[in-house]
Amino acid sequence: MGETTSAETIIEKVREVIPDESRILVEKADRYSYSFDASFGVHMPEVVVQPKAAEEVAEIMKLANKYLIPVCPRGQGTSLSGGPLPVKGGILLDFSQWNDKLEVDPEDMVAIVSPGVLTAEINKAANEAGLMYAPDPSSSSVSTIGGNMAENAGGPRGLKYGVTKDYVIGLEVVTPEGEIIRTGGRTVKNVTGYDLTKLIVGSEGTLGVITEATLRLIPKPRASSTLMVMFEEIVDSGRAISKVLSSGIIPAKMELMDQASIIAVEEYEPLGLPTDIEAILLIELDGHPVAILEEREQVEKVCREVGARDIKVARDEKEAQELWKARKLVSPAIVRIKPTKISEDATVPRSKIPEMFQRLKEIKEKYSVDLVVFGHAGDGNLHPNIIADKRDKEEMKRVEKAVGEIFEAAVELGGTLSGEHGIGTMKSPFMEMELGKEGLDMMKRIKESWDPNNILNPGKIFPEPGQKLVLHDE
Amino acid sequence: MSKQVLFQQKLAYEETFSCVQCGYCLPSCPTYKTMEKETHSPRGRINLVKMAAEGKISLSELEEPIDLCLGCRACETACPTNVQYGAILESAKEAIQEEKNKTLNKSTKLLRKILFEKAFPNKAAMNTVSFGMSLYQATGLQKLNHKTGIGEKILPASLAAFEKITPDTTGRKRLTHVKPKGEPVFRIGFFTGCVMDTVFGKINDLSIRLLQEAGCEVEVIKEQTCCGALQHHSGEGETARSLAKKNIEAFERYDFDYVVNSIGGCGAALVEYDHLLKDDPEWAARAKEFSQRNADISVILAELTLPFRRKINKMVTYQPSCHMTNVQKRVTEPLSLIKSLPGAEYMELPDKNMCCGSAGIYNIVHYEESMNILDEKMSEVKKVKPDVIITTNPGCHLQMKHGVEREGMSGGTEVVHLVEILAEACGIEQ
Ligand SMILES: Cc1cc2nc3c(=O)[nH]c(=O)nc-3n(C[C@H](O)[C@H](O)[C@H](O)COP(=O)(O)OP(=O)(O)OC[C@H]3O[C@@H](n4cnc5c(N)ncnc54)[C@H](O)[C@@H]3O)c2cc1C
Ligand code: SF4
Ligand code: SF4
Repeated sequence: MGETTSAETIIEKVREVIPDESRILVEKADRYSYSFDASFGVHMPEVVVQPKAAEEVAEIMKLANKYLIPVCPRGQGTSLSGGPLPVKGGILLDFSQWNDKLEVDPEDMVAIVSPGVLTAEINKAANEAGLMYAPDPSSSSVSTIGGNMAENAGGPRGLKYGVTKDYVIGLEVVTPEGEIIRTGGRTVKNVTGYDLTKLIVGSEGTLGVITEATLRLIPKPRASSTLMVMFEEIVDSGRAISKVLSSGIIPAKMELMDQASIIAVEEYEPLGLPTDIEAILLIELDGHPVAILEEREQVEKVCREVGARDIKVARDEKEAQELWKARKLVSPAIVRIKPTKISEDATVPRSKIPEMFQRLKEIKEKYSVDLVVFGHAGDGNLHPNIIADKRDKEEMKRVEKAVGEIFEAAVELGGTLSGEHGIGTMKSPFMEMELGKEGLDMMKRIKESWDPNNILNPGKIFPEPGQKLVLHDE
Repeated sequence: MSKQVLFQQKLAYEETFSCVQCGYCLPSCPTYKTMEKETHSPRGRINLVKMAAEGKISLSELEEPIDLCLGCRACETACPTNVQYGAILESAKEAIQEEKNKTLNKSTKLLRKILFEKAFPNKAAMNTVSFGMSLYQATGLQKLNHKTGIGEKILPASLAAFEKITPDTTGRKRLTHVKPKGEPVFRIGFFTGCVMDTVFGKINDLSIRLLQEAGCEVEVIKEQTCCGALQHHSGEGETARSLAKKNIEAFERYDFDYVVNSIGGCGAALVEYDHLLKDDPEWAARAKEFSQRNADISVILAELTLPFRRKINKMVTYQPSCHMTNVQKRVTEPLSLIKSLPGAEYMELPDKNMCCGSAGIYNIVHYEESMNILDEKMSEVKKVKPDVIITTNPGCHLQMKHGVEREGMSGGTEVVHLVEILAEACGIEQ
């Protein structure tokens, strides 16, 4: 076991490792500024460090092991699951400023990036070379690639193109004990040994600190086409999703808005959407211009067959933007009702979407909470959002219960707790429900062998004994 | 009432709850970009105001992050949930200043009073002191807290730098009333501004001539006073409110279709008089009516037709002022005027909505920080290499001029106010 020591000594030691004083933050105002993310809870780190080299991270991890100090990596703090909260204090590693490397190699079709590069910047650089970085979380213009990899972020394009893990082929990682290792490589095919790359991606900063990544790029589709389909019954929209996909068409995006979100948008900024319908599907097709023409006809036909009331087809990019505007306005529109948004990402098998809708409706009534559903319907990653006011303790307790039941419903229907936001602190109490005791134990054993001192991002994924979901301030 | 409750009322505590901490505002914030700390980001600052209101940090711990904010409000336009950052910022400034006033010594208090209540609103006084000096004195006062004498603080490098590019203000005669040839399309009350009018009087004169050419009757009323923006941004809310009332009262007496100004910064203060006086039952409605009648000159000119007589055969770019874009929300009007300039080729400045770092008196009080922001801006300007940079606000105007000098581009690139280049195209001579 290591020695225990005071915060002052730790800061002294950090100063020996990081040459640049301005990258070590100890003021109270600074520490408070890294005490939150986009979810719930405030936890203060003792010191914030902004590393800019793998060697610096390695030295810090060694220090942390010697003195048993918790270390918590953080990108831009947009996590919705509490991932970067320093729940045990200690050192917070801020990677948002380490963004010096963004190289695109069009021949190998890869990008090599530092952990703090913003995801949208990678896609922008790839586009300039006629390529695309496919994963597109809605937060891509703010979140870092490091945070995306740690959470295995997804997005609307996930339906056709997959999620972050499908595009990470090589990593440079600092292990919790302070060794610098490389996993994977620069080739699309690579089966040498265990796939540590895939293990690190999605490990929520608990197995290693990512200091560089090699990402796979794909050719940018030549054209795209957008349709907005209105349904009187939400169940019909679910049938439309299955039918489109089973007819052999995989749209780039298939996003859903339920009636509550349509009404909220219309009240926020009237776009002329009908408010008497139960659902809108926004569908984007991409690929060869000739192919998508044919696919579009097919999609229209299928949607009409299952009873779509109306279909709007964008004639150009500008009209497409107009149609997508409705979906973009959902978030700001719903927080006008009340300020606090609990954004869940429970995901169910596609065939269970209609049933999940029904369950959500019951939960909404049972706990009388403001629940709206919108999101990535095509892959079953519905986003049930509960709108509340965190100052209202009584309401927040009802919300806690409702959220718990949403998770139960998803797991019962053969789905999962998290499609893309990760477990963090928010969902750890429900882990056993999905994985079973043994399944969770296997994961714990992996964590213990990587991080015997439990230094790296402790308090995440694995529940503490008796831990419950708490959404109100203590 | 407990100190905490009082704090929460003073600080815009309730407003901080509409921030969902999503971070969408981070990429738009110039200080987050240059200072590289969440503490200097909009999300960070909102959180700190909340922490201060809850008593978790002190007002003095809040001071630096708030002080280093430019107030450019680019964060507001990026925010998906409509957080009123401006109101949160002003509330913090006022609370911090009030706290400081308790400990200021008498002579400093007096000096602040003279400057904010007397010198700025008074044109004659403004004419006697040179522009930079008076500004510096106003702001140097904040430093006076740290008990140094005024003498040694005057004219540091930052001020000297700006003195060099400040236009000569001597020997100018003011136009006070002009009529168009025929029946006027609009009757316009012209808002001159105080600092603007002493230093950029020429631009006001040209504005009046342009409005006349476009068919308006223009009058400059004597009763108007300073817009109050500097005072408001320095935490002197009371003075700002009393100046606002004076202006409202003054312009109410006339029957103008619009009150027009050509100073992005003052215009921003004027269109927000309704916010400033919203809690005052006697003034709220009058302030609203005044704010609605207010317009930037570009808004009026874009609606009318200007008699262009000359070609501007240059490549021009536009640095929109934050006050214009984020507060007045006038984006298309200046741009459409620029695009209508005969012969000129317009190139968009990359990242144009990033603040240039001028921000009222920020570039004098926080010279280093401001220059880091300016350097970012100039690196974008260098990508375009324009013959002319067009601005709509004297602060940005000086800052961009300074940037051009710093980069050694003054041979090839000029900086002009939109009104100047429009006047040139209309063949209006000074
Ligand atoms: C409005 C909004 C919309 C969103 N939309 C989506 C969406 O469509 N899809 C989606 O998947 N998510 C979405 N999210 C969630 C969030 O943006 C993602 O989880 C994102 O990946 C987090 O990135 P970040 O840089 O902010 O990381 P942070 O939030 O700072 O950290 C996230 C996790 O990554 C770890 N971490 C960060 N950097 C490293 C590193 N270098 N090495 C190891 N671990 C690291 C942290 O410890 C933490 O566990 C959304 C969030 C918001 C607020
Ligand atoms: S006002 Fe400008 S400088 Fe201040 S937080 Fe907002 S974007 Fe940043
Ligand atoms: S964008 Fe708006 S809601 Fe999001 S962090 Fe910034 S101020 Fe808060």
